[in-house]
Amino acid sequence: MAKLQVNGKAYSLDIEPDMPLLWALRNEIGLTGTKYGCGIAQCGACTVLVDGKPARSCTLPVSAAEGKPITTIEGLAVNGRPHPVQEAWVAEDVPQCGYCQSGQILSAVALLKQKPHPSDEDINTISNICRCGTYVRIRRAIHRAAGKV
Amino acid sequence: MAKTNSDLSRRQVIVTGTTLAGGMALGFVVPSDAKAAMPELSARYWSDDGGNPGEVNAWVVIHADGTVTLRCPMAEMGQGTGSGLPMLLAEELECDWKQIKVEFASVNRNIREKGVYGDMLTVGSRGIRSAYEYVQQAGASARERLMMAAAAKWGVPRQECDAASAVVRHKSSGRHLPYAELVADAAKVTLSQEPAIKPPEQFKLAGTRQPRLDSAIKSDGSAKFGIDTRESGQLYASIMSCPVPGGKLVSVDDSAVTGRRGIKHVVKLADAVAVVADNYWRANQALKALKITWDTGAAAKTDSVQFAKDYRAALDGPMVTARSDGDAKKVIAQSAHVIEAVYETPLLAHATMEPCNATVQLKPDRLDIWMGSQSALANARMAAELAGLKPEQVYFHQAYLGGGFGRRSNGDELRHAVLVAKAANIDQPLQLLWSREQDMRADRFRPQSAIRMKGALSADGMLEAVHIESACGSIQRSGNPSAAANGIDGTAIDGIGPSVPYNRVPNWYTGLLLKNTHIPVSYWRSVGGSQNGFYMESFIDELAHAAGKDPLEFRRGLTDRADSLSVLAKLEQISNWHAKLPQGQGRGISLVDNHGAIGGHVAEVSVDPQGAIRVTRVFAATDAYHVVNPNLVEAQMEGGVIFGLTAMLYGEITVKDGAPQESNFDSYRMVRLADAPDVKAELALTGGVNEAGKPKWGGVGENSVAPIAAAVANAIFNATGKRIRSLPFKNIKLTQLTSL
Repeated sequence: MAKLQVNGKAYSLDIEPDMPLLWALRNEIGLTGTKYGCGIAQCGACTVLVDGKPARSCTLPVSAAEGKPITTIEGLAVNGRPHPVQEAWVAEDVPQCGYCQSGQILSAVALLKQKPHPSDEDINTISNICRCGTYVRIRRAIHRAAGKV
Repeated sequence: MAKTNSDLSRRQVIVTGTTLAGGMALGFVVPSDAKAAMPELSARYWSDDGGNPGEVNAWVVIHADGTVTLRCPMAEMGQGTGSGLPMLLAEELECDWKQIKVEFASVNRNIREKGVYGDMLTVGSRGIRSAYEYVQQAGASARERLMMAAAAKWGVPRQECDAASAVVRHKSSGRHLPYAELVADAAKVTLSQEPAIKPPEQFKLAGTRQPRLDSAIKSDGSAKFGIDTRESGQLYASIMSCPVPGGKLVSVDDSAVTGRRGIKHVVKLADAVAVVADNYWRANQALKALKITWDTGAAAKTDSVQFAKDYRAALDGPMVTARSDGDAKKVIAQSAHVIEAVYETPLLAHATMEPCNATVQLKPDRLDIWMGSQSALANARMAAELAGLKPEQVYFHQAYLGGGFGRRSNGDELRHAVLVAKAANIDQPLQLLWSREQDMRADRFRPQSAIRMKGALSADGMLEAVHIESACGSIQRSGNPSAAANGIDGTAIDGIGPSVPYNRVPNWYTGLLLKNTHIPVSYWRSVGGSQNGFYMESFIDELAHAAGKDPLEFRRGLTDRADSLSVLAKLEQISNWHAKLPQGQGRGISLVDNHGAIGGHVAEVSVDPQGAIRVTRVFAATDAYHVVNPNLVEAQMEGGVIFGLTAMLYGEITVKDGAPQESNFDSYRMVRLADAPDVKAELALTGGVNEAGKPKWGGVGENSVAPIAAAVANAIFNATGKRIRSLPFKNIKLTQLTSL
């Protein structure tokens, strides 16, 4: 049994220990906000926070995530109020197709926790891929959310 | 067998008579008060297959609480049509934009009601262009009926009434009625004549800067993409097509996966193998463990090196004439100043962020499909045929698309899902998801091509003649060799023949030789413009340089089209074109006519002491004549720059032993934040009407992809004196290029 803590809820799942966290979230728990994009930790669409740090869940076996708090996009709002990064995303109309944005937002949250006022160079360390090319607005939204995380 | 969500949802509509348009999948919650004052797109798939008590017509539902549901016939893949078309509908309806909700129109209803929502084809940057008239008409018609209903109630002439913010008012007496109280009567009104639609000059909402409707649901994980479909009892499939396109399956040894946990079926198709399991990861792991034997045929002897040689050799003809003005051959033969160059570009994959997938549930008398499609109606018809059902027995639940770019229209993933369900007799919901590797290798790629261009300059540096010979993969012929029988495929000459932004070159010849291989090719965002924009605008830059003229002024001299001049003037202004750049920087310009709009870029690059190039800033301008929402058009312009820049810098699918090699984002690299330039996008609209007297609307979803490669290559030339004539740039060693 894999014991996972996702968005403050405890799950006990009868799954293989080497199943990547992504598929436990999407197929077993039913949290589909975390996306599959590449399966090889390249694109970042599957980014979640494990112990507050960004992790590519498509290559992280559930055994490595057990016992640690996991936050997905569905768990970012507090008491129904969107996270400041989500508010910035909406204010800048960042999403186009939207598919990569859960991962982008979680990467931005992690960056802002570490660097509340990131420089452009700091923002460049986020390596998530957006095929629609929303980078201009992602950058703007991160600056907008600066100091609010 | 468990009821699916959609069964329950239909039942719920009947039982509760909910005023939410029937078809919201179970679990959709009426927005809270805080959200009620915001327009929004439904987060869930569209599932409707029936009418609704609040309907004025197929497009408009007025709810008792005053909110209005508008239906969108086009797919939403990021391009913003899901916000734009409803704005046009609301514009005519005269309702409160803050009180609207949008959902995707029902494909099944479109089949049953003979195309009430049009062709539902979201391709070719035509969402607004092709649908504005019937969408506006639907809104105007609904408004007119509501006004007629009110006038009849009051016993006054309709002309004495007006409508605004979802209220009809009798002007002289001040009596008024909200739309919600008029719906039942309005639905019965027959109009003797449809009202005229508004010309853009009369728009109040359309044309204004508005937020996109789906930003919130795409920032909290609730927007449902096809891949997010979760129906009761759902199974998952992973599939692998023959690595060499056109090859066949010979045999499968599945002994390694026999008895593995969760594995339900190993399914053999003519050209692919699928594994069905209770969890996608298990299915995909098992698929990788199969020993598969393919018959790859003669195509397995081909590779990219040979293809490149073949395309270059094909430039020697024979060509089919695609455009002929004046006598370009003769002018060039007699000219004292001829510039000539050969350019080439490779195959490209679409690489949508959401890999292709389709979820189906196939029953004897009904097929449900959940997926995001650019061509839902045609896909539904295709699936019906495969399943042996009538089109009206197919229920297509349109989901959001995690990118489309031309990939998600022909339904390859849906064909797989239906065939697997059929072959294995699966009547549970089945989600078939292409792994990233399958998605990239089984793509239908942007065609490969080579081109030879010649230009003749007069003594005073005027462009007297252009002579173009192109050898290009034909999208129309791919999979259909008898297509383009006259040798002309419009997608291959887009941007080098009929649609160029210049009209003052007196002699112009474009010749075309269509050349296909076994690699399937298809529409790729900006289509012909993706390679031809690079070719034409790099070459125009070569000519400008040879003529000793400023590249922007040279282009200005090639046209008196108001749209082209408008974009050039805007670029000149926003890029501060005439200002000098510091040492080690360069600036390049390009201009295209793509998908019915003029687009241009100015790119700035910097060269570091080691010779590494970085694209620092891009200025983009577009004349699409009229636009519905400048905010979303600018987003398309920004994104188009990045999409085209990825192709320019890194994009290349190579073929070895007949098989596409790149299979994921490690080998098929993308521009990321660190190499994304700042983009400043501005509109340069000239408005106006076309020959038919109707407002001009340009396409904006693809336009901004076409100019960027040339703008960057021209900037590199400006900075280094080196001319880039083949892509991608990653393969070029600048130090090995001769300075010009």
